Amino acid sequence: MAFRRALKRLLQEIPNQCVYVQGSRCYSTEARQMVTMIPGDGIGPEISQSVKDIFSAAGAPVDWEDVDVTPVKGPDGNFRLPPKIFDSMDRTKVGLKGPLATPIGKGHQSLNLALRKAFNLYANVRPCKSIEGYKTPYNDVDLVTIRENTEGEYSGIEHVIVDGVVQSIKKITEEASMRVAEYAFAYARDNNRDTVTAVHKANIMKMTDGLFLKCCRHVAEQNKDIKFKEMYLDTVCLNMVQDPTQFDVLVMPNLYGDILSDLCAGLIGGLGVTPSGNIGQDGAIFESVHGTAPDIAGEDKANPTALLLSAVMMLRYMGLSPYAQRIEMACFDVIREGRVLTGDLGGSSKCSEFTEEICRKVRESE
Amino acid sequence: TPVKGPDGNFRLPPKIFDSMDRTKVGLKGPLATPIGKGHQSLNLALRKAFNLYANVRPCKSIEGYKTPYNDVDLVTIRENTEGEYSGIEHVIVDGVVQSIKKITEEASMRVAEYAFAYARDNNRDTVTAVHKANIMKMTDGLFLKCCRHVAEQNKDIKFKEMYLDTVCLNMVQDPTQFDVLVMPNLYGDILSDLCAGLIGGLGVTPSGNIGQDGAIFESVHGTAPDIAGEDKANPTALLLSAVMMLRYMGLSPYAQRIEMACFDVIREGRVLTGDLGGSSKCSEFTEEICRKVRESE
Repeated sequence: MAFRRALKRLLQEIPNQCVYVQGSRCYSTEARQMVTMIPGDGIGPEISQSVKDIFSAAGAPVDWEDVDVTPVKGPDGNFRLPPKIFDSMDRTKVGLKGPLATPIGKGHQSLNLALRKAFNLYANVRPCKSIEGYKTPYNDVDLVTIRENTEGEYSGIEHVIVDGVVQSIKKITEEASMRVAEYAFAYARDNNRDTVTAVHKANIMKMTDGLFLKCCRHVAEQNKDIKFKEMYLDTVCLNMVQDPTQFDVLVMPNLYGDILSDLCAGLIGGLGVTPSGNIGQDGAIFESVHGTAPDIAGEDKANPTALLLSAVMMLRYMGLSPYAQRIEMACFDVIREGRVLTGDLGGSSKCSEFTEEICRKVRESE
Repeated sequence: TPVKGPDGNFRLPPKIFDSMDRTKVGLKGPLATPIGKGHQSLNLALRKAFNLYANVRPCKSIEGYKTPYNDVDLVTIRENTEGEYSGIEHVIVDGVVQSIKKITEEASMRVAEYAFAYARDNNRDTVTAVHKANIMKMTDGLFLKCCRHVAEQNKDIKFKEMYLDTVCLNMVQDPTQFDVLVMPNLYGDILSDLCAGLIGGLGVTPSGNIGQDGAIFESVHGTAPDIAGEDKANPTALLLSAVMMLRYMGLSPYAQRIEMACFDVIREGRVLTGDLGGSSKCSEFTEEICRKVRESE
């Protein structure tokens, strides 16, 4: 009986293995995969350990290669990221990252920027779903923001024209716009989402946002099974805070994505419970986007939910959806039941207790 | 309504400029979206003609009109002449376009000074500059520098700085932490609509455009053609904009009475237009407010 159940599950899992996501490979349930883990600073190590424990309890075929990204002094005296992070990611192509302390001092190369460039991480994805048991002014939020992450307003090209007059250049290319639009529709399809909405200000920025919109429309034409809408950014914000349930998948240029992804995280309870993924052509990095919380670091008080849900996104990306499903469900069950919650979720349990409760549920759901 | 000029293009009738030149104060209702070529945008023309540099939207929760938030009481002050809306765009090569965001010390100082003066005149506690100077070091950096400079000269008002994304994250979790917010053009466009949403939408939100040479107050909702002429409209947004106008004109006692009457009617909930959850006519809602205003003499 058990054998038949196991065989049935195996056969059911096979169609799930080759979930199309640009840049991913097909992973079989049997082969173990190596993932680069960047625990990070502050509460980073604790919540990373939580994730590892929960993955273990689920039997997920994932092995971890821990990398410390503390900058090292190079021969030129400048601080650089240690080469091992690039070596590791080159091999694994998938990373999970905890919070990093804000770098201070000159000569420090931003890790996020370096990773983004090295692996061409072009789309930032944040699924925002209301969490039962964690009350906010909104219920039933279930949307995804997909932000173009390589150009737009964040091109970093600025000039002083004359004293007291400065300019900043927003760059939009057909290549980057097409790429993120294609990703948005593929994501919608793979995740059974109904509608992709392009968010823009093409009424004001006719050429730049106009080009972005044109690319979205073009991709929409080629993906007629997914509905397509267009909405001005200010209208989205106005409507988002009155009724977020009207939104599904949202795709947009860099700055708008920066704003909207944080706005939406706020709707479901903040950065402490929001997952995030950075998808590239040559790999992907999933990360929690909250801070390092130095005031509670090392005290077993941290909430690993954001990092765990990011790891769940990662499992889906890797084609390991059944594990993703079990772990996510266990996490949501624990929060809904409300008996074992960390301080920020309104409880008084330790990080380890919260983690163990999720592990328990994961094992039960075998 | 645009008129055809000698060159065949549609232009705004000169009388609008003549009138505003004399009065220096305007109150504007909703305008239909212009269609067709050659139409000069009224908003743009007015903004340029009267150098309307600051867009001001006070967003205050309205008792009796329920939203997910209570006790919102903030003001967005948006620089309205430059920034991302300079309209300077170019095709670099096929498939590569750029748009220029322009920030000047002059415009930034001007709006910052207005923000602090507004805070003082309206007994507000704190001015927060909203920016992304970590990413846009020169442009938002200059804007921030100007705000800091003005803050130094207005030490009776508290000053804070916050990243735009952090403001949005916090705004939807606890809007009561915000007071007066000042920011460049695009951020102001976004935040002013976000905040309008918190208190119930454009149908109840007032707006004012302040210039060096005059001011225009306006409702920012649409023309609602489906109910036009049917005595169903809600005049609240335009009325509250007119209240802002009275304060601007130094007629605060009248502003106070009218505003209080309007809020009382909504709170009491007996006479409300459809969009506010009632079934009264526009004229009934209006008469109820008139009644209260007369009573408060």
